[in-house]
Amino acid sequence: MEPCDLNALELTKLLRGKELSALEIVESCLARTAAVDGRPGSLDSGELTAEDQRKVHAFITLAADSARAQAMEIDRRIGASEDPGPLAGVPFTVKDIFCVKDTLSTAASKILANFTAPYTATPVRRMQEAGAIMLGKVNLDEFTYGSSNESSAYQPSPRNPWKTDRVPGGSSGGSTASVAAGEAPLSLGTDTAGSIRQPAAFCGVVGVKPTYGRVSRYGLIAFASSLDCPGPVARSVKDAAAMLQVIAGADEHDSTATPLPVPDYLEGIEEGVKGMRIGLSPDYFRITSFDPVSGELLSQALPAEIEKSVRDAAQVLAGMGAEIVDDVPLPNTRYGIPAYFVISRVEAASNLHRYDGVKYGHRSGLTTNDLKAMYKHTRNEGFGLQPKLRILMGMYVSAAQYSEQYYKRALQVRTLIRRDFETIFEPRGQYRLDALLTPTTPTTAFEMAAVYGDSVLMQYADQLTVPANHAGIPGISLPGGLDDAGLPIGIQLLGADYSEKTLFRVARAYEMATENEAWRKVKPEVLREN
Amino acid sequence: MSDTITRELFDHLVDLAALHLSEDQAEYLRGQLNNQLKAINELAAIPIDPDVPINLHGVPFAEAASAGLREDEWRKYPDAEGILKQAPQVEDGYIVVPDIPHTELK
Repeated sequence: MEPCDLNALELTKLLRGKELSALEIVESCLARTAAVDGRPGSLDSGELTAEDQRKVHAFITLAADSARAQAMEIDRRIGASEDPGPLAGVPFTVKDIFCVKDTLSTAASKILANFTAPYTATPVRRMQEAGAIMLGKVNLDEFTYGSSNESSAYQPSPRNPWKTDRVPGGSSGGSTASVAAGEAPLSLGTDTAGSIRQPAAFCGVVGVKPTYGRVSRYGLIAFASSLDCPGPVARSVKDAAAMLQVIAGADEHDSTATPLPVPDYLEGIEEGVKGMRIGLSPDYFRITSFDPVSGELLSQALPAEIEKSVRDAAQVLAGMGAEIVDDVPLPNTRYGIPAYFVISRVEAASNLHRYDGVKYGHRSGLTTNDLKAMYKHTRNEGFGLQPKLRILMGMYVSAAQYSEQYYKRALQVRTLIRRDFETIFEPRGQYRLDALLTPTTPTTAFEMAAVYGDSVLMQYADQLTVPANHAGIPGISLPGGLDDAGLPIGIQLLGADYSEKTLFRVARAYEMATENEAWRKVKPEVLREN
Repeated sequence: MSDTITRELFDHLVDLAALHLSEDQAEYLRGQLNNQLKAINELAAIPIDPDVPINLHGVPFAEAASAGLREDEWRKYPDAEGILKQAPQVEDGYIVVPDIPHTELK
């Protein structure tokens, strides 16, 4: 096994034992990237070749030289018996929605293609201070607006390492693809409606959406400010816990970052689930789909393979002493997407007004002596279709004459979704759940081009993840098997505010109980010998 | 519900949004907006007590969990040059833009 295939905590152990150097780890990740990634995303990509269709394309910017320099500094510190930090020598990739000083920070949009960030986002800075090594910036849906990565202005967009004719999910698709393909053991993503958990499910890795406020958003290019959560992507539950340990905590630059102490997530993580109450909800076994012809929303059963994975996981946890609570009602789950269509668009439209060609980013080269004309040309040239769509919807639903009907109502529905979760996690209530177990996604990874272009269908890919964003609660997606096509199935754990430690413990219990399952031995297609 | 984003309303939104669209983009985007409204209109069917409060950020941020606001104090940013360097056009430390059009307020 190559160093790039080892988990982060295994790497730190080998590094401290001087069995591996940080430079060897970085070279291993760079070699894997060279083997599987293909050309990085660019604005002027030309035709997609047959070779392109077999590659992962996770990266926009590979920072090989600075990664090597950081690795040499870690090796120097270890040689000098200095403490190199808890994640010393562990390479990580960063979704290109985070500012990192002196690097291009593009949001996968033409409008920020020339933007070099003058400062570093807090979660990235904390990773670097912990000794982790940034390998580069990875691709995403433009401004995070999508669930497949196909909307990136930087093409070729990432492809699923398990089957390269499938999407990796999104919007943190470059993050999850890079981790699944062994290009890095960790990645920093963001989750606004499921953008860490959905691609984690599609790529067979672990993805964590922390409680809103657990991780600072400083330096994150904003989408929907009341929903955005930075979080870890990893190949194991313990790695994800170790990464959250590093990036969580108060930050004077983000007043929503809570001063509540960060617990020791690894302490007791293998103590099992005996006595825990874990819920299953019928409202997560029905899914909604959209018929673009009739415009009707159709309710149907979850695909049988996905439901079976969730129910099997419940059996595994029950076998370890957890009490499974059936029929937990979460009746407002199905309104998550309609409410999200309103709330996220209002916030996105507001956040996107800053891109005007004045202070940074793209400015139209068309000559004009009129400021408003400059704005219009700049925004038309710089934004792709998805940002334009979100701006227009946000302006419509927040207009004075419609905001009562749409925006206020959506915010009331958000209250109902929050109350659903408060009811089931209330320690003195009827359900008293430690965690809710659900599927992460309504399908496994879909084919490239199968959904892109239909913005309603694409949005419904997040229907099982978005309620947690409305409510602010934490969620984890972890691998729960493979479907008949050999694609990963994700299972999701949701919990009360700041219950990440409990969720990690449940997730680790499931991971340990299934470590010898045949599906865990299967590798993504790009890593199989020809 | 009969709400549909007509071409006239759409063009008004495009102007407010400071966008300028090709005909192809305009037709695609207007179609998508109207499809999204069909999903959004599902909200209208939910019985909601008018007293249900709005929720702006999920987590309630009780006092112990809330950082509160910093003192409103001026601090010098350490790298103003680094910020100005990102502006497309700068002259003597000022950002340069085309003429700001004169608008009569109605």
